[in-house]
Amino acid sequence: MKCIVCMTHVPDTASVIKIGADGKHIDESGIKWIVSPYDEYALEEALLLTESKGGEVTVVTYGPQRAEAGLRECLARGAHNAVHIVGGESTLGDSLAIAKVLAAALKDREHDVVLCGIKGVGTDNAQVGPMLAELLGLPHVSGVTKIEWSDASIVAHREVEGGYEVVESPLPAVITAQKGLNEPRYAALKGIMAAKRKPVEKLEVGALGLDESALAGVEATYSVRSLELPPAKEAGKIIQGEDDPKAAAAELVKLLADEAKVF
Amino acid sequence: MTELSQLDLYHMDELLNEDERMVRDTVRRWVEDRILPHIEEWAWECTFPLELVPEMGKLGILGANYSDFGLPGLNAVAYGLINQELERGDSGLRSFASVQSALVMYPILQWGSQEQKERWIPLLGSGHAIGCFGLTEPDFGSNPGGMRTRAVRDGGHWILNGEKAWITNGSIADVAVVWARTGEGVRGFLVEREAPGFSTVDHHGKYSLRASVTSQLVFQDCQIPANAVLPGTTGLKNPLFCLTQARYGIAWGALGSAMATFAAALDYAKSRIQFGGKPIASHQLVQEKLVWMYNEIVKGQLLALQLGRLKDAGKASHQAVSLAKRNNVWVARECAKLAREIHGANGIVNEYPVMRHLMNLETVYTYEGTHDIHTLILGQYLTGIPAYEPPA
Repeated sequence: MKCIVCMTHVPDTASVIKIGADGKHIDESGIKWIVSPYDEYALEEALLLTESKGGEVTVVTYGPQRAEAGLRECLARGAHNAVHIVGGESTLGDSLAIAKVLAAALKDREHDVVLCGIKGVGTDNAQVGPMLAELLGLPHVSGVTKIEWSDASIVAHREVEGGYEVVESPLPAVITAQKGLNEPRYAALKGIMAAKRKPVEKLEVGALGLDESALAGVEATYSVRSLELPPAKEAGKIIQGEDDPKAAAAELVKLLADEAKVF
Repeated sequence: MTELSQLDLYHMDELLNEDERMVRDTVRRWVEDRILPHIEEWAWECTFPLELVPEMGKLGILGANYSDFGLPGLNAVAYGLINQELERGDSGLRSFASVQSALVMYPILQWGSQEQKERWIPLLGSGHAIGCFGLTEPDFGSNPGGMRTRAVRDGGHWILNGEKAWITNGSIADVAVVWARTGEGVRGFLVEREAPGFSTVDHHGKYSLRASVTSQLVFQDCQIPANAVLPGTTGLKNPLFCLTQARYGIAWGALGSAMATFAAALDYAKSRIQFGGKPIASHQLVQEKLVWMYNEIVKGQLLALQLGRLKDAGKASHQAVSLAKRNNVWVARECAKLAREIHGANGIVNEYPVMRHLMNLETVYTYEGTHDIHTLILGQYLTGIPAYEPPA
């Protein structure tokens, strides 16, 4: 099986996010970057699959220079090859632009399956996988939590409200991975050393026959007006109830009904 | 939880290469997932999580800085960072890994026969076997040269008699590296768990390193085969070389503990409200404590890092290792005390990691060369006079 895993390099979910000076981007200073957690499920599935059925895993990312560290992390866990399409600052968040770039990079590469995380935890759009499938002319199954692999088809469980749906799809297909699909492995320390010797193919967007400034300009489908942090939480209200619990309970019910409007 | 990396005034991360950072982050993540959720319980119950040993092996933590037999072959800095992250979890867990790597795998790789290496290194590296290191005796701690344990040749065997004390991993070890007097000077032996005449007794009642096994090893006419001796060992310098390896890891490990207690203290100080709705972090006395901790951790990191770079260049003397072990463990112990003060009463309960680290460091302060002995090693380096054995 030839597996392609699309990876996005995102701020660590534990990062303290600050808004940048332009009010449209985050301030990247002091941010630690990681492989998006949903992409870890995608990678793990590809690794398990190739370990049991043979084949190889190629990880592809479209991102700035620093994203190479994410590719190295994937190589350290066991991916065989990596492709780095350098760029992406100006198209950040534009799912269609990202899907076009990925599709251009993937269309001439042999693949039995393309796996992505359900979404990148950076911009949370969840559209790249399905758009990529459309551009490649492939079926897609999104939000997958279980896959039974056959040689030319899969049966996948996808999460739907309150339950799951069982979907059969021919291969090749695009699959987006949801939490629960598997338990991602840690990179073995030996794998980290081996990753240094594995190739990372560098590509410019222009070399794929696309114009990044047009993707970010006249062809853009997405623009950020402003970014704001959620409002600071107001201090909680404490009702003193030691002297008169009855009155305190009544006060609590009143506040829940009138102010919090929970019923 | 506060990450020291978000307070990286000296851009310490930029001093590490990509592999070193990846090794550190991988081990940190493993510690956060597998150790931190359970460590208070293990320490409280005095249990060592044996089930994690093969996991450590799979990850490549055991013998990480060696490259024989398919081991990861990390440099000294990456090895140090592993110790830092393990001890951010717990000194007992780090002690386990230090003993396995620096005190068991190291002497086998350095002075063992090919047969000994082939038998033990794959098992120890994968965590399918556990090792311990027997040098200290009940009556000989800082002065191992006085050891009483003896090995004598008896036909095709060696007969061992004596006792070792304070041995990390003792009763869970499949193989013990035991140092004994012989007619040819101090030599090292590989004693397997089943050897006739070999038994272990755990030290009970420990207030420190509770998530780690500490035992006495007893040899009563213990018979081991002739080929159990490590052929390359010839004197006391061999176990002392091992200790230099382990102390190097401790110099890094202690920083991990200091980072853990500092982060706990900073978070606590910012969230603990006293005197008119203000966090205690607004008090000058509390700030002074936090600054002291941070200041010393930053210095300790630079010390450990330069020591690691020297080690990779083959230029780290044992005195340089003593200086870093002495300083960084002291810093960690002081940080734990200050963190405990900042936590007030909460500092003594296991809802917070502080008291566990504080108690652990009481051991780390006096094992692998006590603080005072390291002072004397450095005193001798400066003056040329060994104060522990002064000239007449």
